[in-house]
Amino acid sequence: MSSSVIHLRGLTRTFSLSSGPVHAVRGIDLTVGRGEILGFLGPNGAGKTTTLRMLTTLLPPSGGAAEIAGHDLLRDPAGVRRRIGYVAQSGGLDPACSVREELVTQGRLHLMSKAAAAGRADELAGELGLSGLMERPTAALSGGQRRRVEIALGLVNRPEVLFLDEPTTGLDPGSRAELWDLVRRVRAEHGTTVFLTTHYLDEADALADRIVVVDAGRIVAEGTPAELKRRYAGDPDASLQDAFLAITGRTTADEPLAI
Amino acid sequence: MTLLAHTGIIFGRCLRSTLRSKTNLLFGMLQPLLFLALFGPLLTQLDMGVSGTSWQTLVPGVLVQLALLGGSYVGLGLLMDRNLGVLDRMRATPVSPLALLLGRTLRDVVQLVAQSVLLVLLGLVFGLRAPLLGVLIGLLFVAVLAAALSALSYGLAMNVRTPPEFAAIANTAAMPLMLLSGLLLPMTLAPGWLEGVSRAVPFRYTVDAVRQVFLGHYVTTTVAVGAAVTSALAVLCLVGGARLFRRR
Ligand SMILES: Nc1ncnc2c1ncn2[C@@H]1O[C@H](COP(=O)(O)OP(=O)(O)OP(=O)(O)O)[C@@H](O)[C@H]1O
Ligand SMILES: [Mg+2]
Repeated sequence: MSSSVIHLRGLTRTFSLSSGPVHAVRGIDLTVGRGEILGFLGPNGAGKTTTLRMLTTLLPPSGGAAEIAGHDLLRDPAGVRRRIGYVAQSGGLDPACSVREELVTQGRLHLMSKAAAAGRADELAGELGLSGLMERPTAALSGGQRRRVEIALGLVNRPEVLFLDEPTTGLDPGSRAELWDLVRRVRAEHGTTVFLTTHYLDEADALADRIVVVDAGRIVAEGTPAELKRRYAGDPDASLQDAFLAITGRTTADEPLAI
Repeated sequence: MTLLAHTGIIFGRCLRSTLRSKTNLLFGMLQPLLFLALFGPLLTQLDMGVSGTSWQTLVPGVLVQLALLGGSYVGLGLLMDRNLGVLDRMRATPVSPLALLLGRTLRDVVQLVAQSVLLVLLGLVFGLRAPLLGVLIGLLFVAVLAAALSALSYGLAMNVRTPPEFAAIANTAAMPLMLLSGLLLPMTLAPGWLEGVSRAVPFRYTVDAVRQVFLGHYVTTTVAVGAAVTSALAVLCLVGGARLFRRR
């Protein structure tokens, strides 16, 4: 088994709109090791979601190649889908469905038998503290509970790679800390590789083994949080915020709020 | 696992969600039901230039109307699932992409046929008399037509962004097609030009065939043409719907 689980070469995506082409992703080369937690950072519109949608087979790339969990993204998308979990920015829960219905169906979508899907649903509910919520419609969950359900859906097939798009946006500090613990636990117990995007630098700092910063569809910096701080802010004790601003060239002073 | 098994998984999920919202089930039937109850009695004394009772003309029309209106609107549900991210979540699993379409379509067919059965039973109360075999064949026509329109509706839903946009297109298409196929009154009443135009609308042939089988005429040119046009439409719409569904 190779030690890298994601391998991207020259991945690009251009959207053609009537107003002209949008080069959302302009060429990403990246290798992610097995069991790594990778923080994928970048300002709004940098191309994070577009990259994730390509890696999860939802969006065909305009160019480049990718191998995920040993399967070629273009030649064997079904093989990729079997081995990944994806939690989108928008979540993807049906408000009228109960938590149990969502979990069991997700298992069935991963081609488990009815009994196996039901068993897996109970198992995940136990692990993620959802057992008391199983019969509730997802519309009746709090933001933190909903995120946990969404992540449970992403874990149904015991994925090798879990993609999380802004998993803690909109959560209170307590729920965010819980979610960090959950991500760490998933990696520790199952060796799952986690590829997550976030706008919270403290989150990347606390959770990620390695950070990749993208801007305008390209990787502009890469390294452990400490390396980035040393390299870009000139001081390992600086905040990641300083490093991020130095990398993306956006400083709060240059950019007065438009009112 | 086969495509059939995958389709079954999606079908089950959709059916459970349909059964959960019982109000939706009834609302979908409301319009055809009103035509049956409030429009049907107007026709009983009328000479429509066709054989059989007016109910043998109207009930088939109302069934096709149900398939046409009900079928063309199903895309709205898919559009909601798309906007919620439910569809993307499912597309990122190994279930066959085609099954995501077929499972939904199958649910729609089952729902529309169940509603059709209720409409026929109601028709019986009002005075419809038709042979059982004819009614069963009629329901088969409705099922095939419903599959065609549902698949097409999903194809449309994958290619528009908002519910108002979808509703505008579906409405604009369904209304003239409904009027032109002589669902409520037979085209035998139409002036020559209108009758001519209606020959270009495929549903016209479906409803004419259903009327024939409701009269107990099974082996006629009208029935054969209706069967051919309806199946051809279904194949076309399923293939087209599948292609529109996969794009993106
Ligand atoms: N379907 C689409 N059609 C056209 N342009 C798109 C589409 N999806 C994304 N884009 C454009 O691609 C660029 C990258 O978008 P993307 O959603 O990947 O950014 P992001 O890094 O996820 O941003 P955010 O932090 O705001 O979520 C943006 O300029 C966006 O407008
Ligand atoms: Mg995004």
